[in-house]
Amino acid sequence: MKGRVIEMDLLKQISDFLQQGDDGKVFDLTKQAIEENIAPKDILDLGLIAGMNVIGEQFRKHEIFLPDVLLAARAMYSGMDQLKPLLIKEGIPSAGKVVIGTVKGDLHDIGKNLVGIMLRGAGFEVIDLGKGVFAEQFVETAVKEQAKVIGMSALLTTTTPLMKNVTDLLRENGLNNQIKTIIGGAPVSKEFAQEIGADAYAYDAAKAVECVKQLIDLA
Amino acid sequence: MRPTVTFLNDRLIEQIISEARQILCVLGVEIHNKGVLSLLSDYGARVNMKTYHVVFTQEVIEAALKTVPGSFKLFDVMGNETHNFSKHRIHFTPGSAAINILDHRSQKIRKPSTKDYVDYVKVVSQLENIASQSTALIPDDVHEGFSDSYRLFLSLLYCEKPVVTGTFKAESFTVMKDFQVAVRGTDKALVEKPLSIFSCCPTSPLKWSDVTSQNVVDCAKYSIPVEFISMPLSGFVAPVTLVGTLIQHTAETLSGIIISQLTNPGAPILYGGSPAIFDIRYETTPMGAVETMMVDCAYNEIGKSLGIPTQAYISLSDAKQLDAQAGIESGIGAVLAALSGINNISGPGMLDFESCQSLGKLVLDNEICGMVFRLIEGIEPKEDFPALPIFQELLKEGHLLISKHTRTYLKDEHFFPGPVINRSNRARWEDEGSLTLEDRAVNEVEKLLDNYRPSELTDNIKRELVSLMEREAQRYGQNNLPERPE
Repeated sequence: MKGRVIEMDLLKQISDFLQQGDDGKVFDLTKQAIEENIAPKDILDLGLIAGMNVIGEQFRKHEIFLPDVLLAARAMYSGMDQLKPLLIKEGIPSAGKVVIGTVKGDLHDIGKNLVGIMLRGAGFEVIDLGKGVFAEQFVETAVKEQAKVIGMSALLTTTTPLMKNVTDLLRENGLNNQIKTIIGGAPVSKEFAQEIGADAYAYDAAKAVECVKQLIDLA
Repeated sequence: MRPTVTFLNDRLIEQIISEARQILCVLGVEIHNKGVLSLLSDYGARVNMKTYHVVFTQEVIEAALKTVPGSFKLFDVMGNETHNFSKHRIHFTPGSAAINILDHRSQKIRKPSTKDYVDYVKVVSQLENIASQSTALIPDDVHEGFSDSYRLFLSLLYCEKPVVTGTFKAESFTVMKDFQVAVRGTDKALVEKPLSIFSCCPTSPLKWSDVTSQNVVDCAKYSIPVEFISMPLSGFVAPVTLVGTLIQHTAETLSGIIISQLTNPGAPILYGGSPAIFDIRYETTPMGAVETMMVDCAYNEIGKSLGIPTQAYISLSDAKQLDAQAGIESGIGAVLAALSGINNISGPGMLDFESCQSLGKLVLDNEICGMVFRLIEGIEPKEDFPALPIFQELLKEGHLLISKHTRTYLKDEHFFPGPVINRSNRARWEDEGSLTLEDRAVNEVEKLLDNYRPSELTDNIKRELVSLMEREAQRYGQNNLPERPE
């Protein structure tokens, strides 16, 4: 019982320092937790993810700003880098894999990068295909990596039709039930997502994380 | 560098003051208060007791101007400094003495009650960009004989911020002073740490009533700060030209300064006002008119040239509801006032020619004030030179979102208004209910009412305030005060 209390205290410290964006402390405490034989899944769920959940909620309520979220995410990586081999060894799956990219013809990737940072911060494994990505690349990578979600971004109206190519390709190959799609970017909307058969639309990076969590549950 | 705006050059300021002084020394003013007339006579002014007329001399004017303090401070009920009226420092104060309230729930205009006043005080106590409260509403559920002191009573009971107030009758001064002495403990402590400013208004053209002139004397005796609120109306009871209006405003304000300083040399004052142009189409006095704001900013320059801190009714609107007109007029006024360095900027929350307070507008204006505070900070280099390192970091990282430079300066460089001003993208705005500005303002008012925390004034002092108020009410035959919310 006493041991469990000490364990919980250590995990709470990881969560607290993560919320403060202190990557050094999170690194040290995660190392300590591993050395003290605390279950890697507990370190992940009750330390790192617990801290990120608080950050996510505060960000949603405008109590903190984006830099605070990103610093917390950086602190999360410092713990995750140590935990990842252990989680794989124990066969514990990640929160899910997401393939993201800016569609072919579009070279604007700031929004997509932000989504990537936020998704990683929330514990997802992100495969970023960069910018100017073809429909086939999205689908092939998702299949190969067993990703559950494809995230597509565009800033130019002219490039948005390519998003439909991806959703069509998934449907034609009977993959649309196991690989979900989410789109974002200035020219697209909830209505456009419905029109092209995408599963979700996110108006900003924080919303994208929320949507991806829901999509992973569905996939 | 702090951005500034000016409307007058030194030569024009000198001419305006010179003409105003000539008016005071040739035409004089009417003061319907024999005590004040006697005082002025003792100092060499030419007084006619029968016609209540006084003509000043240049020596009297000079003597008064010599003793005006160049700055003073205000302190909240707990004794903490909140205001420093000096140089170009600015502070916002809600518009005062509205006879109506725009009900934030029904959006109907009606007479305010005690509960409305308390709600107003609860909201203003939490507005971080509005440093003082004013006695902004006249509660309709008490005898009108003490409705002036009742406002100050409620303000001191529920909110810690200092109060801009005023009397409607000379007799009210005693209890209003006693409230403040009760808060501070002694007369001396009140002099050391002023808690309120009394607005004292001459009547245009060139007149002082018995009540307001007496009020100037009473405040001066107790060193309670006064803001002079001269209200010339261009084209009606003042010359149509803005310079002519300024000459009249200067003359009326100087006459108030003389009464104050001859009563108690060194008594704190603000060189204030609420002039307006007269809109001959509607027979109204638009506070949101750009010319009204220009006159405000210009007399502020005149006050500053005399070495006196200033005030103006400028960040308010003549709109009848919380609409685009309300925002634009208040916003322009607040910006111009801040750029001019008007020390006490009155107006937030006010609509409809200074007759209607709106809590919804107050929370919007609080955000406007926040933006204005950022504006006057201007543009200053902050670890921007040499520029190479930050750009090397940008190119390496691809963004600067978590750069030390960003984290160090983000909150100083960028002001984030909200939730009344909305900056989310359309999709998020729709996702969050497509709330209009009015909806968001109402929600914010409700949130502040829920979050209100009582003033930390001691229970003993609160009981003393209640006892003083009850005695005052009884003088007007009202034995029970309206029920007060928690």
